[in-house]
Amino acid sequence: MTRWLVRRTLQAVVTFVVVTVLLFVLMRLTPGDPLERLAGDRQMSAEAVAALRHKFGIDQPITTQFTSFVAGALAGDLGVSIEHYPTKVSTLVLSRLPASLLLGGTVLLLTFGIGIALGVFQAVKRRSRADRWLTRASLTLYAMPSFWLGLVLAWFFGIRLQLLPVAQMHDPLLDPDASWLVRTGDVLRHLILPAVTLTAVSLAAVMRYQRTALLEVLRLDFVLAARARGIPERQVLWRHAWRNALFPVVGLLGLWLPMLVSGSVFVEQVFNWPGLGSLAADAVGARDYPVILGTAMLVSAQVLLGGLLADLAYYALDPRVRQA
Amino acid sequence: MTPLLEVEDLRITFPTRHGTSHPVDGVSFSVARGELLALVGESGCGKSLTSLALLRLVPPPGQIQPGSAIRLDGTDVLGLGPEELRSIRGRRIGMIFQDPMTSLNPVFTIADQIGESVRAHQKVSKRAARARALELLQEVGIPDPTQRLDVYPHQMSGGMRQRVMIAIALASEPEMLIADEPTTALDVTVQAQILELLDGLRAARGMAVLLITHDLGIVAGRADRVAVMYAGRLVEEAATAELFARPSHPYTKGLLASVPRITGAVTRLTPIAGTVPAPTAWPAGCRFHPRCPAALPRCATDDPPALPVGNAHRMRCWLAEAGRA
Repeated sequence: MTRWLVRRTLQAVVTFVVVTVLLFVLMRLTPGDPLERLAGDRQMSAEAVAALRHKFGIDQPITTQFTSFVAGALAGDLGVSIEHYPTKVSTLVLSRLPASLLLGGTVLLLTFGIGIALGVFQAVKRRSRADRWLTRASLTLYAMPSFWLGLVLAWFFGIRLQLLPVAQMHDPLLDPDASWLVRTGDVLRHLILPAVTLTAVSLAAVMRYQRTALLEVLRLDFVLAARARGIPERQVLWRHAWRNALFPVVGLLGLWLPMLVSGSVFVEQVFNWPGLGSLAADAVGARDYPVILGTAMLVSAQVLLGGLLADLAYYALDPRVRQA
Repeated sequence: MTPLLEVEDLRITFPTRHGTSHPVDGVSFSVARGELLALVGESGCGKSLTSLALLRLVPPPGQIQPGSAIRLDGTDVLGLGPEELRSIRGRRIGMIFQDPMTSLNPVFTIADQIGESVRAHQKVSKRAARARALELLQEVGIPDPTQRLDVYPHQMSGGMRQRVMIAIALASEPEMLIADEPTTALDVTVQAQILELLDGLRAARGMAVLLITHDLGIVAGRADRVAVMYAGRLVEEAATAELFARPSHPYTKGLLASVPRITGAVTRLTPIAGTVPAPTAWPAGCRFHPRCPAALPRCATDDPPALPVGNAHRMRCWLAEAGRA
């Protein structure tokens, strides 16, 4: 177990390093640089731009830039944002993290909670009318672009019905002395539309995974054997069948764990949600190299961590993996 | 005394794209207390489905047709609600399956799975269920039972897993055990051990056994009675010694001729020509007539009823009437 874990972790670390190098190189291959945009906005002399280039080190050869970035990163310093100078990248990321965690966590919880429940329901009622309609409905939502669905929901619930806020995470007009309860309620109201949008477009994947996995297990001999010895049906379904149909869903959860932090760039943009997704999108637009790199590294670390956690979960759930 | 289990005119149908399938089509038999009845036939003859029907486990969309009757000790099994049904499954009739590799849940330990069966029918603590699991493992002859309690199925051999399946089936002291091809998936040496074990348990507990098999070789000297099944029906039924001494139905004769013998002169095995017909389109008349070496003209049109050919010996064949059996 320990050896396996060590090997698996080393693997993840190596992948992380390779991805970081690739990110760094790819980013510099894209046309434009941060100062070009800055200089486009206002009147600046060529000397001033060159001076700024020098200040941020972008005039150095890419290898020099890379080594100084690595030296900084190893010391825990991801550099300073060019767009939001002189704010540090780590400060920017940390300030956006809570909003992303809140949205991503809510969406993961809703997607997997509802998706598993509906998937199990569909498998139990396979080929019934309800099963067919749930398939159609979920695939229709799945096929919708998230930003489009977000706009439609914002227009309907926010503009037409005036029921829900359509942007930001807080009401700017809220009394700053409002009670804790009122402020939480305000955040939750802002959370509804982006969370529902993201859940709606991702729900189908979990439902399909769960339905297929459970249908496969329900056909197996040990399910029949459990019924034949008089185990109550509810126990046959959840304890025997579902427990074995959980593995593919756990794999999917590992794959989606990065959503917890990175959120969705599109949906965060639509609802002006102050999370990491919109930070990354703005940074890309501004060619704010340090911020792009910082957020992208965070996402890649999340992807690797998700895979590692999913493997650990398999290990805990399946005795056959444990022995191998 | 009424028999423990009575099956009357059991019919099971499946809707298919090519019309209705009738894999079990009018099967009647009974099993007395403590008796071992062997239900013998080729794959596809409906024997496994018949055994599943006894516990109302016919897989959907299969349906047991109205007019069929299954009585356990006089209780109409087909009329039971879910909870009453549960009190029969495992409690009064235990069942073991063909493939012990897939019949145990891979993610639970042996103690978990035996204990679960104990607790499904008796209100006992987890500790007591575990103690009972140990007793059962001893009873089915598993070496080092204490160590085996916390082992997962994949850590055991096929023979050991089938013993565990038997232990699970015995957990609530059933009056009857259905063994559906219990040794087919096992090595020959292990087969003999499992059959010995079943024999011993039957004798010790006075438990009735319905042994489903395609192998006449394991029936001789073990079963009290044999029922031969072909194309969804019983074609011959007799006490084991009687059946082996005087096989009467041409199908039974064919089956016996295709079993290799260790004693006597080496002869070629005689296979039965043709294959089992499809349950969507059984042949008219006697269902065996297209493959029958002794078919009469009327066999193609008239379906023979079960006719007596001796003491408690019946067959579905016109030869019985002609006295030529």
